[in-house]
Amino acid sequence: MTTAVTLDHVSCVFGQGAQAVRAVDSVDLTIDAGEFFTLLGPSGSGKTTCLRMIGGFTLPTAGRVLIGGDDVTLRPPYARPVNTVFQDYALFPHMSIRDNVAYPLMVRKVARAERERRAEELLALVQLPGVGDRRPAQLSGGQRQRVALARALVSEPQLLLLDEPLGALDLKLREQMQSELKALQRRLGITFLFITHDQHEALSMSDRIGVFNAGRLEQVGTPHQVYDTPATHFVAQFVGAANVLAGDAARRLTGHARAMLRPERIRLGAPAGARASGTVAEAQYFGAFTRVKVDVAGTTLQADLASGPGHPAPEPGHAAHLHWDEGAVHALQPA
Amino acid sequence: MTALALPVPPPATLRRRASDLLYTRRGLLLMALLAPPLLWFGVIYLGSLFALLANAFFRLDDFTGQVVREVGFGNFVALLEAANLDAARRSVAMAIAVTLACTGLALPLAYYMARHARGTQKALLYIAVMLPLWSSYLVRLYAWKLLLAKEGAISWVAERLHATWVLDAVLSVPLIGGPSLSFSTLGTFIVFVYMWLPFMVLPVMAAIERIPASTLEASADLGARPARTLRHVILPLALPGIAAGSIFTFSLTLGDYIIPQVIGDSTLFIGQVVYRQQGVAGNLPFAAAFSLVPIVVIGIYLWLAKRQGAFDAL
Repeated sequence: MTTAVTLDHVSCVFGQGAQAVRAVDSVDLTIDAGEFFTLLGPSGSGKTTCLRMIGGFTLPTAGRVLIGGDDVTLRPPYARPVNTVFQDYALFPHMSIRDNVAYPLMVRKVARAERERRAEELLALVQLPGVGDRRPAQLSGGQRQRVALARALVSEPQLLLLDEPLGALDLKLREQMQSELKALQRRLGITFLFITHDQHEALSMSDRIGVFNAGRLEQVGTPHQVYDTPATHFVAQFVGAANVLAGDAARRLTGHARAMLRPERIRLGAPAGARASGTVAEAQYFGAFTRVKVDVAGTTLQADLASGPGHPAPEPGHAAHLHWDEGAVHALQPA
Repeated sequence: MTALALPVPPPATLRRRASDLLYTRRGLLLMALLAPPLLWFGVIYLGSLFALLANAFFRLDDFTGQVVREVGFGNFVALLEAANLDAARRSVAMAIAVTLACTGLALPLAYYMARHARGTQKALLYIAVMLPLWSSYLVRLYAWKLLLAKEGAISWVAERLHATWVLDAVLSVPLIGGPSLSFSTLGTFIVFVYMWLPFMVLPVMAAIERIPASTLEASADLGARPARTLRHVILPLALPGIAAGSIFTFSLTLGDYIIPQVIGDSTLFIGQVVYRQQGVAGNLPFAAAFSLVPIVVIGIYLWLAKRQGAFDAL
């Protein structure tokens, strides 16, 4: 398998002296060609800076950036075989939608008839046929998003960078775009590097996820690896809900010094054979499930219980007996 | 459980009733706010303009020197005389040249100020652009007279650099040259550009500031080299600012009569003709007719700019 992107000990420091901020701290990363790779992390964790260094908008202070095996560390954006879908779409307001989509071909001096044909093709691909004559201001947010995607794909880049492209859309549209993006990526076979702070987006779309925190890559793995066997405390807490136990409580309940237990792996049951017993402190109804916080000798455990007919929600103040399978516990490295 | 006592509403005072009235009848408030500026524009601004227009149709009695209030088109026919057409043509050419030079000088400066300068540097650049506007126009004009004079600072510098021949070569060019910079059309041009440059820099900067950074990054990302980004993205998006600035530089140059009076050769500009006709010759009707020339020219200019789409992005 060939490599699409390699980050080799890449660092990026903003500012100087005492005010210097290490936005990206010695990151090593390899993304395979054809992969849907997601950088996941909270805002300010360095994931966008990472994308900007691959796109060429920010230069790394140390390390090398390779795209398709070529060292592009110091190359300007227009000399990189990479296109970007920006968070605010960055469409050209003074151009028609057709000219926007055809822009990469125009700057490559493709003949007008040919580039307009290609632009229509791409607009059809993103399911927006017939809007070519309109201006960006006349389209909705979701439509602009598709235009930005068409524009980034028209010059057939080997790698597409997507900087939180779905962040500005409402929930329904976002879910629809998630599956469309994924389908498009499979069909075109282009490498997608997707940036998000939304764990659901990352888990549902990616082949692999890199979890960023404070400028460092905490874990790289498939969605299953990241969710089921998080490498660090941060990953366990950031990706999905988690009970992270440490110290005496961890040893007593799990037998490890530090361990994670997903709330949906906990069930309520009989007092006999219960792994822990306590009092219900709080019950929050979420529709598909009820999140119950149980106080077990001073430690709070969250349990997500199926809701609906036949599943009466436990009342605060009542006793609860918690059960889980041995395999539900994942031991974490001591911090 | 005791009943909650609702507060008794205060009696409706005149003040409250007035504020209620203004709140419910928005039109009333709008009218109160807009009446003063509309009166100002309607009566003083447009009124004087129409008085001027009306005057243009009257004529001066050559014997008595009195204005004869009879409608006629004699003044407009007189506009077509060679000397008058010449002044109009020279003024329009100067206005175009000054506008182009101001655009060329303002674009890089405005771009730097809008996209790169930060904090103190930006404040200093702002002040540098605005500073000349804080002192009197006449003071600056006579300062330029000193700079451009035959024994002035510029020829002194040229002499020290052994470049007097360059200055002489420039001054010997027909149409723009003259005995010294202060008595040449080139000198007039330099001072015009100096005077109106701030009026171009500020709107262009405002326009460039409004371009999101991601728009320029997107252009580069999609394969456009800087020159192409400039041509296809920055210039079109800065165009409303350039158009706004050019309206200032163009109309101010077209109407000015003091700068060409103090600096330049003896050929006349529109403003000087108007000034002489109404002041020296006392021919107010002809002065009025001539002062319509810049208004018409600027009208045509705005129409052309609109057709070019300069105001589409406003």
